[in-house]
Amino acid sequence: MSKPTLHIVQPGMLSTIQDRGRYGYQRFGMPTAGAMDAFALRAANALLANEDNAACIEATVLGPRIELLADTRIAITGANVSPRLDGKPIPMWKAVPVREGSRLEFRGPSDGMRAYLAVSGGIDVPVTMGSRATYIKAAIGGVDGRPLSAGDVLNAFGNGSDSPASSAGFPPEAVPKYGTSHQLRVVLGPQNAAFTRAGIDTFLSASYTVSINSDRMGYRLEGAPIEHTDGPDVISDGTPLGGIQIPGDGQPIILLADRGTTGGYTKIATVISADLSKIAQAMPGHTVAFKAVSVEDAQEIHRRQEALLHSIKESASQAPRIAVVMDGSISDILGGDGKPLTLPTGGKTSAYTQSGTAHIDGEPFEFEITVRRLK
Amino acid sequence: MIYDKPLFLPAGDMGVVVELGDEISVEINRKVRSLTDALEQGSVPGVFDFLPTYRSVLVYYDPLTASASEVRSGIERLIEDERVAQTGARHIVHIPTLYGGDMGPDIAFVAQHSGIDEQEVVRIHSSSDYLVYMMGFSPGFAYLGGLDERLATPRLQSPRTEIPAGAVGIAETQTGVYPVPSPGGWQLIGRTPLKLFDPVRERPVLLSAGDFVRFVPLESQDAYDEILQQVDSGNYLVTEEHAQ
Repeated sequence: MSKPTLHIVQPGMLSTIQDRGRYGYQRFGMPTAGAMDAFALRAANALLANEDNAACIEATVLGPRIELLADTRIAITGANVSPRLDGKPIPMWKAVPVREGSRLEFRGPSDGMRAYLAVSGGIDVPVTMGSRATYIKAAIGGVDGRPLSAGDVLNAFGNGSDSPASSAGFPPEAVPKYGTSHQLRVVLGPQNAAFTRAGIDTFLSASYTVSINSDRMGYRLEGAPIEHTDGPDVISDGTPLGGIQIPGDGQPIILLADRGTTGGYTKIATVISADLSKIAQAMPGHTVAFKAVSVEDAQEIHRRQEALLHSIKESASQAPRIAVVMDGSISDILGGDGKPLTLPTGGKTSAYTQSGTAHIDGEPFEFEITVRRLK
Repeated sequence: MIYDKPLFLPAGDMGVVVELGDEISVEINRKVRSLTDALEQGSVPGVFDFLPTYRSVLVYYDPLTASASEVRSGIERLIEDERVAQTGARHIVHIPTLYGGDMGPDIAFVAQHSGIDEQEVVRIHSSSDYLVYMMGFSPGFAYLGGLDERLATPRLQSPRTEIPAGAVGIAETQTGVYPVPSPGGWQLIGRTPLKLFDPVRERPVLLSAGDFVRFVPLESQDAYDEILQQVDSGNYLVTEEHAQ
């Protein structure tokens, strides 16, 4: 059961609900959509021990203003948007408990382009063709297939009253710094054979500038033109996520979440999945350079990224659970193992918060308990 | 030409393009379909999505489950496996279409360009079964092959800003149906009341690669309206034929 959790007071520039995307329907011409920066989305979910594919808000440049309608926990990742809760700064890349009635605001990003807001349990919007991801062009997913607008109320699933009360965080050294110049590792192909030697050399040595005509569909780059052997056209074929197509003017276009499923331009290379974050966080005017790696190296990099996400989720899931025994008054506070809680166990975490409902003489009571490590 | 051995072209660290030939042809596309049918049965570990096109299949896989070479050998086995050979059965989907008038404002131009009259355009257009080579461009859009050369007509000089869903058009040697409203430069000769794309329907997309499409002329606006009403209320049963 989900309950109303987020009230969109102001939607921001372009805020949409996204998950990892709509797979299984590309063969019918349906673009996947999904988070532009899937790593940031999944990191936010991992911090809350959410399902990997839980739906989040993707905020573009100027984020939304949100009123919390329930006590829950949130995690904000991606672009550094200096989030504030009731005017006070809160950390990013960390699970943060929030109270009903609180107001969440973001500043313009100081680093990156897209921020992700995950909420405990994930956002509950209808699943269309296997996904909650908003795809605006076909008006599906998210809230009526459109960007969020003022007055929208979003339900979240929550994690139940026994949710782990961790304030799990990201290892500081693993928090991405996006910057303004981006080196993207690529695997050459599928159509690298359609380019001259000079064309490939240009692609791998030149520096390109992100054009203002860049969006969720693709990032257009401007710079030294890349030379084809025999024209830019190929018999229309599938467009992989991160595929770099080179039309007749020789200027690269990186195909991203909302790309059409098929296309008729030669694709010189494909951005490795671990580096898709970098381009998703690049702003117009930033510079981009490409470096070729082997499929095996790219998969090893991917494996390391997956291992990081896995360990975050593990530590978030294993945070101490606290049970409260109520009998007229609180008689016992028990740890997750059922033993009386004397100290919050392990780590450097300073506080655990637990809230829920307890019945006393058949009457429901809400409780919230915070256990703080004394300095 | 069908390649002796398929080409495996890397598409990043999670994708591979399996290319089966070097041209648009019914034979190569049939190979694409065989491979797609086999993949549909989930027989290659790690594969989580695939996208068939004219002469290749883009296969997405999870590299944590299977390596590039494991996926490759799995696909090679499918291609070699004769059990996945096509039966040759045709699945023909009937698309009722009201030609001309407001529904097909460019039919007069197509007729004039082809040197025939409008009735003949309708007769020729509705007398072929068109192979769905692939789906793409937009949700539910089918790339159809087999337009009679007599009807080939250039695109509009200036594209329309909005073409309604269901519009049936011609562009050069292609014919097709717009599944969702979109801008476009095709010569519009008619419109179908069927929804080629409906995200809330159990089968959101009407057509699949490998199907055949037959345009069936409707007699009148009333006939169109009647079908439209059934479609809107979810009561229309699409006519589908299975032929050898």
